[in-house]
Amino acid sequence: MIPAAFEYAAPKTVAEAIALLRGADSGGKILAGGQSLVPMMRFRLAAPNLLIDITRIPELRIFKEESGYLRIGAMVTHGELERSAMVGERYPLLASTARVVADPIVRERGTICGSLVHADPAGDWGAALIAARAQAVVTGPAGERTMPLDDFLVDTFTTALGEDEILTEVRVPTPPALSGGNYQKIERKVGDFATAAVGVQLTLSEQGAVEAVGIGLCAAGPVSLRATAAEGMLIGKVLDDASITAAAAAAATQAEPTADTRGAIDYKRDMVRVLTSRALHAARAAIRA
Amino acid sequence: MAIEAPSAPVLGQALKRKEDPRFIQGQGRYLDDIRLTGMLYMSLVRSPYAHARLVKIDKQPALAVPGVLAVITGEDLAGLGLHWMPTLAGDKQMVLATGKVLFQYQEVAAVVAESRAAAYDGAAAVEVEYDALPVLVDAKHALDPGAPLLRDDREQKTNQIWHWESGDSMATAAAMAKAEVTVKQDVYFPRCHASPLETCGCIADMNKATGRLTLYVTSQAPHVYRTVLAMVAKLPEQMIRVVSPDVGGGFGVKVGVYPGYVVAVVASIVTGHPVKWVETRTEHLGSTAFARDYHMNVEIGATKQGRVQALRVHTLADHGAFDSQANPSKWPAGLFNICTGSYDFAAAFVDVDAVYTNKPPGGVSYRCSFRVTEASYLIERAMDVLAAELKMDPADLRRKNFIPPERFPYTTPLGWTYDSGNYPANFEKALGLIGYDDLRREQTERRARGELMGIGISSFTEIVGAGPSAQFDILGLKMFDSAEIRVHPTGKALARFGVRHQGQGHETTFAQIVGSELGLPAADVLVEEGDTDTAPYGLGTYGSRSTPVAGGAAALCARRIREKAKKIAAHLLECGEHDVEWADGKFRVAGAPERAVTMQDCAFAAYTNPPPGLEPGLEATYYYDPPNFTFPFGTYVAVVDIDPGTGEVKVRRFLAVDDCGVVINPMIVDGQIHGGLTEGFAIAFMQEIPYDSEGNCLASNFTEYLVPTAVETPHWETDRTTTPSPHHPIGAKGVGESPNVGSPSAFVNAVVDALSPLGVRHVDMPLTRERIWRVLREHGVVSA
Repeated sequence: MIPAAFEYAAPKTVAEAIALLRGADSGGKILAGGQSLVPMMRFRLAAPNLLIDITRIPELRIFKEESGYLRIGAMVTHGELERSAMVGERYPLLASTARVVADPIVRERGTICGSLVHADPAGDWGAALIAARAQAVVTGPAGERTMPLDDFLVDTFTTALGEDEILTEVRVPTPPALSGGNYQKIERKVGDFATAAVGVQLTLSEQGAVEAVGIGLCAAGPVSLRATAAEGMLIGKVLDDASITAAAAAAATQAEPTADTRGAIDYKRDMVRVLTSRALHAARAAIRA
Repeated sequence: MAIEAPSAPVLGQALKRKEDPRFIQGQGRYLDDIRLTGMLYMSLVRSPYAHARLVKIDKQPALAVPGVLAVITGEDLAGLGLHWMPTLAGDKQMVLATGKVLFQYQEVAAVVAESRAAAYDGAAAVEVEYDALPVLVDAKHALDPGAPLLRDDREQKTNQIWHWESGDSMATAAAMAKAEVTVKQDVYFPRCHASPLETCGCIADMNKATGRLTLYVTSQAPHVYRTVLAMVAKLPEQMIRVVSPDVGGGFGVKVGVYPGYVVAVVASIVTGHPVKWVETRTEHLGSTAFARDYHMNVEIGATKQGRVQALRVHTLADHGAFDSQANPSKWPAGLFNICTGSYDFAAAFVDVDAVYTNKPPGGVSYRCSFRVTEASYLIERAMDVLAAELKMDPADLRRKNFIPPERFPYTTPLGWTYDSGNYPANFEKALGLIGYDDLRREQTERRARGELMGIGISSFTEIVGAGPSAQFDILGLKMFDSAEIRVHPTGKALARFGVRHQGQGHETTFAQIVGSELGLPAADVLVEEGDTDTAPYGLGTYGSRSTPVAGGAAALCARRIREKAKKIAAHLLECGEHDVEWADGKFRVAGAPERAVTMQDCAFAAYTNPPPGLEPGLEATYYYDPPNFTFPFGTYVAVVDIDPGTGEVKVRRFLAVDDCGVVINPMIVDGQIHGGLTEGFAIAFMQEIPYDSEGNCLASNFTEYLVPTAVETPHWETDRTTTPSPHHPIGAKGVGESPNVGSPSAFVNAVVDALSPLGVRHVDMPLTRERIWRVLREHGVVSA
């Protein structure tokens, strides 16, 4: 439980951090909350030469609504988001996700962006923020580029980040009126990875039909998964028990869970069905008149 | 409910724990807090294979790591005759492997270095070549003709370790054959692990100048360690001092002597420096004493009216690669034949076959050292299976079969004599408090709506306080325990014990016993345990034996002091000794109670004004050999609701009504119950150490081996009845094990009860969501 030897640097700006990354010749790792990286180092599953601690970069603490987005900087912790009244009021999907990420101790240190960069398909934020149609803001030597989170998350533990780039921010569209969201998760105990989890972001029309819907699946494949078939089935439909049941079944069909000590494939797939159904019901209930 | 210490302690007061201020302020002194000058660190190289021939160990790459001073292998130890060591069960165990390895994570080599990090790097650098052998994982195949022979070092060329029987098999077979109704059930108690917060570790400090070895070690039984070390390392016993500092939880894991301790001693002798070795969590879960792993088959014969008549149990016990459980010599399956429980059986027969597998050794830890948990789970589960067969309420079935209060002391068909009990009173109190009849009515309504609600009862009997020396020993050491009390001139006392607490609260409860016997405030009695140089000899703390055995020693040692103080009191009161009475915490003149002296007066006089002819001082030692075990009991009731979509079980209520005899400190008893119920909950719902077909441990860290947090843990309701032990000096029985022994069956009975409308009679632990979901699916339940 002792990491291999490494160097440590604590830059004060993003530019400095990027320069350090470039200089480390693929051996650098960004340290934010350290809640995934440090355990991996302790098990020696990760052995970076240089740890670049970004906790002292003030600009990465940005956390506010601006131009139709909620901007979540790289140093925003799960706990900050969990305690935010603004999130609680206008982003029920994010609020219900933040409450079930890991355990309260991890939530005080771990960051949303750090979780995304780790790109564990069993991470909660990938599924929740895919449902929310979030944008990833990536900063490198040439400046900033922005991409849908779907494109940022490439594969298990693999993102679209270049070796000298940092995920500096994630932007979540501010939901329009008649929107609701919810995150449903099954875990063996607090702090365990999800056995299965589903995030739903929903907007209804004045007539009650589904205008927009995002469904993200956690621990349901090699990468956080968008339940495209289920989303497509719901657009334009009235959200009732029949359409929810059908969408839940479609999400389960699309899921590609793997068997582990948390459950066999058939169980996990069925949990996608159950949780999709429950998240859709709860998202509808979260819409305020 | 805690209150400040009053001037005069009385048994039964909820005194705050004297040890808590240091523990809750992070000022406990645990093994890893100790740093000695010149101390080196050791790390063990462990086998990745469950069964393999050791071909070659190359030390050189490790010796090349900066800071690494030595690499020790089994061959090195063989030169000293230390590559094998005796176990507490009369088997032997490899210290460092020679020839072959028998389980994953087995100790293969040790690296000693100047820093912990260098020791790690060195251990990772040792190159070991293995030649994989066929692996035996499933105990049920251990005795198959084609099974690989694991222990070719033994004379007996079989994987069977021993066969043990208890009871009258003929009489039981006859009664079973005549029974109007019989039920039979396979029940598996999975392999689990207590996994205390503090893992195991030691510092071996061989002082070359004095020739004396000090071993600081996380031990529940420091004296046993000293004696075993003397036997294994062939060191003179007076030249060994074992110190067990504050222990961060033990639950039985810290009773046995582990290979790492022996290697650390050798490393200290070789290097001339103190050597520290502390396990990682993976090493702890992967190699130290597991619990349970009992495959049981139970049969009950009964009348149609539900009167039980015969009990028959066949058990296959998976002991792993070595029989290293700490069980008394004559009792290889511990106290497993307590399995007739709280019920009056005319005949019973139990047998146990113990086998080797390619898994780590152990078997008797986790808040019950002697297989009582398995026995209690078995009988409480079987009673519910019988109730289902008879279509009878499980509460009514229990009422029909309890040993009646008037038949105590009661001798079971398997030979135990229960000291005292009042099962119906305890049972009815519990069922009344939980509102059993209302719950059954609610259940009927919910079932009509298709909801899955269950109520589970466990009305268990425990056996603790090992043990009477006529029958009980470990490696020949009789299982008495001891107390030594010194009353100082100012009337303050130091009390030392041969046991070693790990959270049980001895510093408070033993001070309460001694204080109440001597008329001293508990605050004035300092309790010390854990240093073999100062503590009297004892077998340690496990199996709920501290209060029944050392607690008895505390009371009788204090009474020995009181006898002497009485002579001093007579001297001070200027009367004859026969005129002195002990009343309300003072010595008083019979017939003139206002003429009195206190224990403090007598203590001062013992050093300043002793009666002529009386030896000065006020000290005593007492070795207490208990006449019998004590038999705590209780009724636990669980109420659960099952989510038909996910299979999740929600424990809505859990009530524990314990009877542990006379209570010394009710707050501490409640704490013990809360902790043990949380463990029982974990065992029932989430804990198991499974192995794949190659013998790979699938739960070697806290990501996979689950310990519940406050979020998962149900709210515990507790209450008590009090049936004193007739033979214990203060009527106490011990309580630490009861909640772990008694609760798993209550949880499982509740879940099976919820599923019973589907025709379900049994589900093995752990009752994970997936396992329940699968049962629901098999019975056609699909929900969202």
